[in-house]
Amino acid sequence: MNAVLTAEGLKKSFGAVTAAANISLAFDADTVVSLIGANGAGKTTFLNMVTGYLKPDSGRVVFDRRNIVGLSPRQITKLGVSRSFQVPQLFQTLNVRDNLLIAESIAGANDPQAATDAALARFALKPYAHQQAGLLPEGIRKLLDVAMALSSRSKLLLLDEPTSGVSADEKFAIMDVVMGAAREAGVTVIFVEHDMDIVGRFAGRVVAFYDGGIIADGTPDTVLRADSVRRYVIGDEVPHAAA
Amino acid sequence: MKALAAAAVAFALLIALALLAPQWLVFMAMLALAKGVVVLGLVVLMRTGLVSFGQGLYFGIGAYAAALLSHQWHIADAAVMLLAAAAAGGLLAALLGLLLARYRDIFFAMLSLALSMILYGLLVKSAALGSTDGFNLHARTFFGIAFASGMERRVFLIAGSACAVVAALMVHRLLDGHWGRLASAVRDNELRVSYLGASPYRVVYFNYLIAGTLAGLGGALAALAVGHVDPETTYWTTSGEFVFIAILGGTQSIMAPFVAAAIFETLRTIASQYAPNVWQMSLGLAMLAIIMFQPAGLWSLAERWRRSA
Ligand SMILES: Nc1ncnc2c1ncn2[C@@H]1O[C@H](COP(=O)(O)OP(=O)(O)OP(=O)(O)O)[C@@H](O)[C@H]1O
Ligand SMILES: [Mg+2]
Repeated sequence: MNAVLTAEGLKKSFGAVTAAANISLAFDADTVVSLIGANGAGKTTFLNMVTGYLKPDSGRVVFDRRNIVGLSPRQITKLGVSRSFQVPQLFQTLNVRDNLLIAESIAGANDPQAATDAALARFALKPYAHQQAGLLPEGIRKLLDVAMALSSRSKLLLLDEPTSGVSADEKFAIMDVVMGAAREAGVTVIFVEHDMDIVGRFAGRVVAFYDGGIIADGTPDTVLRADSVRRYVIGDEVPHAAA
Repeated sequence: MKALAAAAVAFALLIALALLAPQWLVFMAMLALAKGVVVLGLVVLMRTGLVSFGQGLYFGIGAYAAALLSHQWHIADAAVMLLAAAAAGGLLAALLGLLLARYRDIFFAMLSLALSMILYGLLVKSAALGSTDGFNLHARTFFGIAFASGMERRVFLIAGSACAVVAALMVHRLLDGHWGRLASAVRDNELRVSYLGASPYRVVYFNYLIAGTLAGLGGALAALAVGHVDPETTYWTTSGEFVFIAILGGTQSIMAPFVAAAIFETLRTIASQYAPNVWQMSLGLAMLAIIMFQPAGLWSLAERWRRSA
């Protein structure tokens, strides 16, 4: 098999809440996967366990034939898993260029300045280069967050709602830029998404979460049409809170 | 290049001052320089968003290290004293930093304060080190070269200036590049720093180490100027003075700590001459004015003036 990442029997509860109920998933290197599910279904918790931010109560996460449970986010990042966040995690008081420059320098780019210029161009961030990150519009903050995640030249890129908080007409443009950059970098993408049009357009496989478990897994066509998904995921059009 | 030129000019001025100024001014400049070096370290730490209210710990360690060399082992070389003091401060910071680098905000500030007060307590209790009275130190040579009596302080000031200029240039180099940006990144968002693959702990640790080393050096400079050490060097009011000077100058420039320290020493000298009873109060009022009207420090005034000129 060509799996970059395998989760085996992941469980996690917060008190009475079961955020992950025995999740097992394998991710193929050349398929873009979208994780969908209503608010609180456990999508972010899954990413948090994979990246070492949360330790699962039980289960294994295998990346590069190695169990990475127990490693810190920093160690997992260095192994080749990077992520963006539901709420962009930026260096608020620094400008866009410095944000990227820090990311490229940490990643050990041969020429961090040149790599930063390339990233600014690739993500269409040049016009914002000298603006302070804390003052940017949400769409640009999202792009910058992804651009920083991609700087670490990872094998696997996890995106937590790359288009949330962005106006409907901007979403596709942002995803085009992000997926184009990811393809160019040759990185496998897993993204969490609430907008089913985006899912249908960019995902090759869809995994539907419900109440900490998985209720459907397959091609966008089959998953998005499944009854359970229509009922528990798509029927639920409540705007999600940033978490 | 600009920094190098500024450093050269500052060094030349300080040498002129050391050779030509009256003794009292040399003494004052020496103290200002000592405190400026400590505050320089504090500014490095503040880049990571952390304020230590206990730099008196390292200031005291540096001062006592220098004094002990002279007192216990009869080593009277100022250069050895300065190096030993910086090393002592650095070593202790390397040890305590392992613990402190885990803490943030008020916990970091209070823990650093607590550690300094432990040393204060120990010094006050130790009769061998003169308890609250402390003891004297004498330096008679510099790198083995003896100097004429009456010239000591002038030589110390030149030596201190050389140390300060080198330290300032090194800090400038460090903060101007990747390390300075990384420190700001840690201040802004540690989660993102970790998720980029770097260790916020390590950044805080090394900046704490730098601050401890520079405070140790500053302690020895002050001890050489005064010719005496006592537990007051580690007391929390001493640490508070460093924070005061750091806020007075601001963290924008490497020159700011020295300029602010000079202003501070001048004000204190004037106040102790003419209004010894209201010195603390004027200090409080000055702090109030800075925080209300010039929160980025006095240095931002100089910047604005330069830009409009
Ligand atoms: N650190 C935490 N402490 C306590 N409860 C948590 C924690 N993280 C998540 N939860 C709970 O676990 C459940 C799953 O949350 P999670 O954030 O994974 O959902 P999600 O699918 O990402 O939802 P959304 O679409 O709103 O982002 C929720 O009930 C949430 O309240
Ligand atoms: Mg979420």
